[in-house]
Amino acid sequence: MKSTFYSALFAAVVTLILTCLMLGVNLKTEGIALTVSMASEGTWSMIIGAVLAVFLFQLFREKLADMINLPSLPSADHFIPEGKKGEKLKQLAISFVIAGMIIWPFFASRGAVDLATLTLIYIMLGLGLNIVVGLAGLLDLGYVAFYAVGAYTYALLSLYYDVSFWVALPICGALAALFGFLLGFPVLRLRGDYLAIVTLGFGEIIRILLNNWTEVTGGPNGISRIPKPDLFGLEFSRRASEGATTFHDFMGISYNSSHKVIFLYLLAVLLVIVTIYVINRLTRMPIGRAWEALREDDIACRSLGLNPTVIKLTAFTMGASFAGFAGCFFASRQGFISPESFVFIESAIILAIVVLGGMGSQLGVILAAIVLTVLPELAREFQEYRMLMFGLLMVFMMAWRPQGLVPMKRPHLELKTNE
Amino acid sequence: MLKLENVSTHYGKIQALHDISLEVKQGEIVTLIGANGAGKSTLMMTICGDPRASSGTITYKGRDISKEPTDQIMRTGLAVVPEGRRIFAGMTVEENLSMGGFFTPSKRYKDNMELVYELFPRLKERENQRAGTMSGGEQQMLAIGRALMSNPEMLFLDEPSLGLAPIIIQQIFEIIAKLRDEGVTIFLVEQNANQALRIADRGYVIENGHIVLQDSGANLLVNDEVRNAYLGG
Repeated sequence: MKSTFYSALFAAVVTLILTCLMLGVNLKTEGIALTVSMASEGTWSMIIGAVLAVFLFQLFREKLADMINLPSLPSADHFIPEGKKGEKLKQLAISFVIAGMIIWPFFASRGAVDLATLTLIYIMLGLGLNIVVGLAGLLDLGYVAFYAVGAYTYALLSLYYDVSFWVALPICGALAALFGFLLGFPVLRLRGDYLAIVTLGFGEIIRILLNNWTEVTGGPNGISRIPKPDLFGLEFSRRASEGATTFHDFMGISYNSSHKVIFLYLLAVLLVIVTIYVINRLTRMPIGRAWEALREDDIACRSLGLNPTVIKLTAFTMGASFAGFAGCFFASRQGFISPESFVFIESAIILAIVVLGGMGSQLGVILAAIVLTVLPELAREFQEYRMLMFGLLMVFMMAWRPQGLVPMKRPHLELKTNE
Repeated sequence: MLKLENVSTHYGKIQALHDISLEVKQGEIVTLIGANGAGKSTLMMTICGDPRASSGTITYKGRDISKEPTDQIMRTGLAVVPEGRRIFAGMTVEENLSMGGFFTPSKRYKDNMELVYELFPRLKERENQRAGTMSGGEQQMLAIGRALMSNPEMLFLDEPSLGLAPIIIQQIFEIIAKLRDEGVTIFLVEQNANQALRIADRGYVIENGHIVLQDSGANLLVNDEVRNAYLGG
């Protein structure tokens, strides 16, 4: 009875969360501001009704099954060891979240979807930097440089060589990785503060280079009219360019500018999922453990025959490549980039995401990225005080939860003895 | 198996080791004893290639390793249990061991893990515990287990008794003797001269970067100079 109660409660909570996000609140853009408003009372009563229905159904499911004499579903719970149960629950939760993320934009306002896309970019950046700072323990203050490399790679490739987004994406990642590798070399012998200063300098070098190499990068004017990504050759513009088809013509629906926004959002979701998956795998592979081992004790690493040089370089390279992907996507989403987008404050924000989230913790980084991108948008009227609030938040975090919102948890099995 | 000939090491301008010559033969326990700052750890680290010997040759299994990079040296059947244990405190016991077996071929990996758990049943019990939360003795066991994960032919131990309770020290030394019986050659650096000399086949005494005495473990144990200087009379 107790277990059915909990599972019923869980199902109800999941329903509540999903419906609230999709139907319960409306995000509207008024001018440039974004406002959150509650949905009408009718919608809310429907939501509450649905939640109750789910709860009651789950609670009395077995009794119902008895009443109408249906064979009740065999409960697999007894066959699954303790540890695996959590795993199953986790998988279920993840599928729910992903499904919710995919369905959500079709109900949300355009501004909200746009903001979510931005958040996803920051999630990707945070996850990438998390490899370098969180796992390998190398403080990198110039991470935005790799982001810039990715963005400019796509912008320049499309400007000069007419390369499409999908072809440019791997190139951006690879080139950013190469820059990460190059930066890795001079900083190999440094650690802590010294490393931070050199990476900070590197970030500035890239930005100043982009700013002054006017013939190629357009200098402070930036690069505009960067093409948006297409879906298997289908464009999301009102009118197709030469020899191409637009999405709405192909589907036989009328043009709606929100298609593009939703497509970009879904693309970002896809990129983030791939990022999470790849990094998750990496941390379970020997190289991921080597990163952590290096952070813990580099002398011990050396005593075990590991080469710290190689480990550091892989961390820098891998971390940078994700920034490259994010940069490529950013450039195509914005359609316009200039060195202004890649100033030090961006590095600081990404670093803040990692620290706030909890070093090394993926879930923490994702939460922190959401907090740090959505909160400033919601608090637009306090814009002048944004940095102040930002600073205060960091100070309080360091005082109260120095380990971050969701501290990194190592995969951990608890043994229970039945006595 | 390991042979040092006239090895000197400098830290900048300061010379830490003066023309050290010593030899460790296959299957032996050789101990190096000496006071704080005599150069024990420096000698061990010089063999591992950091700091580099400024002169002299270090031959391991017939090959000169004095110019080879540290990570290369550490992958040739040599393993170190570093001073102060240096386990990865935030990682679990199992992960610590897996780091030790980083370059072990996957076929041997499982066997090695089992051997280590057999040697230290305590570690098996704490498989999924964070290494930093264990007691000093358990951490030392883990450090030794981690080094054993790479199937070393030769094991360097740098002060394994440091900061441990006498009963634990006893256990650790029993394990060291057991390892020797299983064919691992052992080079043991110790301040705890009494214990070290008891299990050692041979011993060297180092003072201010010079080897001042060398003899069998039993002889050194009764040597008057050694007794006065290291065994408290």
